[in-house]
Amino acid sequence: MKYTEEHEWLRVEGDLVVVGITEHAATQLGDVVFVELPDTGTEVAAGDEAVVIESVKAASDILAPVAGEIVAVNAALADNPGLVNEDPTGAAWFFKMKIADLGILDGFMDEAAYKALVE
Amino acid sequence: MAGFGPVLRCRHEPAKMGGGMTDLKRTVLHDLHIELGARMVPFAGYEMPVQYPMGVLKEHLHTRSAAGLFDVSHMGQVILRPLSGRLEDAAAAFETLMPVDVQGVKPGRQRYGLLTAQDGGIMDDLMFANRGDHLFVVVNAACKEDDIAHLRAHLTGACVVEELTDRALIALQGPAAEAALEALAPGAAAMRFMDVATLDWDGAALWVSRSGYTGEDGFEISVPEDRAEAFARALLAQEMVAPIGLGARDSLRLEAGLCLYGHDIDRGTSPVEGALSWAIQKPRRAGGAREGGFPGAARILTELAEGPARLRVGLLPEGRAPMREGVALFAATEGGEAIGHVTSGGFGPSLEAPVAMGYLPAGFCTKDTVVYGDVRGRRLPVRVTDMPFRPATYKR
Repeated sequence: MKYTEEHEWLRVEGDLVVVGITEHAATQLGDVVFVELPDTGTEVAAGDEAVVIESVKAASDILAPVAGEIVAVNAALADNPGLVNEDPTGAAWFFKMKIADLGILDGFMDEAAYKALVE
Repeated sequence: MAGFGPVLRCRHEPAKMGGGMTDLKRTVLHDLHIELGARMVPFAGYEMPVQYPMGVLKEHLHTRSAAGLFDVSHMGQVILRPLSGRLEDAAAAFETLMPVDVQGVKPGRQRYGLLTAQDGGIMDDLMFANRGDHLFVVVNAACKEDDIAHLRAHLTGACVVEELTDRALIALQGPAAEAALEALAPGAAAMRFMDVATLDWDGAALWVSRSGYTGEDGFEISVPEDRAEAFARALLAQEMVAPIGLGARDSLRLEAGLCLYGHDIDRGTSPVEGALSWAIQKPRRAGGAREGGFPGAARILTELAEGPARLRVGLLPEGRAPMREGVALFAATEGGEAIGHVTSGGFGPSLEAPVAMGYLPAGFCTKDTVVYGDVRGRRLPVRVTDMPFRPATYKR
């Protein structure tokens, strides 16, 4: 698992990258009540807004960590946004991306570096 | 320290919570909030708890099912004491600043009031009580300095305007509030909605009103500052009472259809536009015994007679997406100028759905009219509805 400074986790699954938010981010956001997912087939650049997530308190953006094509989204979150709080690193993944070169993930933080960031 | 760093990228800072944590005032319950694990934020010049470890959603639901304790000591507590010694003189003077029947409020009763400006805009909303030989007024934290200056400028011939700085203010709200307060201060249970009384707790004089800002039955309790922490601990020691932060306070009042000053009403909105005509009693209206005679009377009486050009209404977004403050409202799914905007909005935990309020032109304010809110570039349907969004549970 790799991590971004925006508190996303990135997991490689075959030739795809799965993206979600960390336990730390979910806790800080508070109770999530709405998730707006992108359309599959969307081409995004690194830093594009990919997902809008609303907690009781506020709306936040989740940015595409790398450039690529959104090939799958987690439809379960539309009906059950609370999953983000219950299982942020498992059932509450947001989207899967096809990217040009998985090697780009080497540039992101590993778990130890991310832990150092949030502690 | 956890809790203050940026998380993801925030689109919408919660209302009035921006700014640093320096030069902020603290209430007398500050250390207790920290001990209880509160996340503190700047609010109206004070460092205040936005939530406790329970979280906003559960705090909201706990208040609706049991009892919530809120520190509202940042609010202004003011006494108007008649120079003549006759309360009716203070009441008559206060009526020159509000379109409200002050003289008709009997001893031991409280009423909602509005300070109006010469152009009919709202300077603040408040609660005032007849406590026998004086009026006790509670005003919004963000407005209190201006309010007190305004009261002093206009009432000095009739009243001493005394700001209380040695009393904390605690709200206890929810269906278990009555039992929790009665256990400490007998007499609470005998009060009804908008009654005020002085109750004794362990030698401390509690100034209690049966009212609040959640749509629930409950109390607001002014307590001497040197006893406030012990009193709060005694309430929290009861199993049904949990501490509740500003986050849930906002979602609770939103579901109750109650205005937040500076957002839903302000200097640019009149009481009639703000759907607060109910707060203008008959004696102050056209044909009443004390018609007019308050700032902005010309506009406000005209709007009462002819209807306002726009009105604050309840809004129920039809999907799951919350519509927050600032969302523009349109008459159609495409084209045209915005016809209004959302002034407060979010997710209603008890309704399990988004709720909002905002202003629309008179022709769009009928219940079940559908308008469209621009959420991130898409116009989503939202239905006009009556407020409160859920019935209040006051003990009348």
